[in-house]
Amino acid sequence: MSTSIAPEADLRALPALPRDEAGPVFKAPWEAQAFAMTVSLNARGVFTWREWADALAAELAAAASRGEPDDGSHYYEHWLAALEKLVARKKLIPGQELERRVDEWDAAARATPHGKPIELPRR
Amino acid sequence: MSDHHDDEHAREHDRPLSGPALRAKALESLLVEKGLVDPKALDELIDTYETKVGPRNGARIVARAWVDPAYRKRLLEDASAAIAEFGFIGRQGEDMVVLENTPKVRNVVVCTLCSCYPWPVLGLPPVWYKSAPYRARAVIDPRGVLKELGEDVPDGVEVRVWDSTAELRYLVLPERPAGTEGWSEDELAAIVTRDAMIGVAQVRAPDRSKR
Repeated sequence: MSTSIAPEADLRALPALPRDEAGPVFKAPWEAQAFAMTVSLNARGVFTWREWADALAAELAAAASRGEPDDGSHYYEHWLAALEKLVARKKLIPGQELERRVDEWDAAARATPHGKPIELPRR
Repeated sequence: MSDHHDDEHAREHDRPLSGPALRAKALESLLVEKGLVDPKALDELIDTYETKVGPRNGARIVARAWVDPAYRKRLLEDASAAIAEFGFIGRQGEDMVVLENTPKVRNVVVCTLCSCYPWPVLGLPPVWYKSAPYRARAVIDPRGVLKELGEDVPDGVEVRVWDSTAELRYLVLPERPAGTEGWSEDELAAIVTRDAMIGVAQVRAPDRSKR
């Protein structure tokens, strides 16, 4: 029986993600989260897989041209950046709105005692 | 200066949410609020890719092709349809092509552009597959890359490198190892590795006396 995880649940509540017998597939839960958001938005038709592949390739190319070492270790950071830009370009989540939300989660995380679930204050 | 850096580092470490984890959380909460993603669907997806999919799907396809000549034929002629017989369907609607290894030909799959990968049959890509050195060097010097990964390809054997795209994904059908005559499909599937299906390793039969 699988139990569904409440939306408020912290990422830490996800089952231990990373590896299969041949090596790590995700290094951290947020990487799987970024991956799942992308696949899910694509499945809803928000963007095509071609659009996504292009957005990711552009982000990876930009990182390479900045001279960042590409050994695969920052791959999902580029993935997430590409996803943020794509949803902004699609006018789904403007950049400022995302930055505001990042600050809110950051404040909530700092204000939450260790061991308690992090939640945004009700508005 | 280095002290300052260490302090920063320590704080980052103490905070339960920081860096990309914080950004991913923020993005997810906005997408959920706007009804663009269903949090339950996200969890199911993660669970699927973590536990239900993965190299085991691909291994079952390979094992079937080894024991069933008619399936092998269908797989090589129309891989997308033959893979769909198992119920493994690509979420991105990509076409699959299966590449057959022979004593004379080894196939290696790479994506030089980003990292297109047949998720439905292989799960999530390994870190090295996504690395720039692998992507670039596999095309220029496949024998060298294979050698570093522990695979010495004899001179008489041709190495073919296949570059994946967003629409076209490849799966290597490795050679069935000697010493596996009479094995069941399940036993065979258990020895097929992800690396063999990317083409950077061969399948080896374990020593049965140790089993």
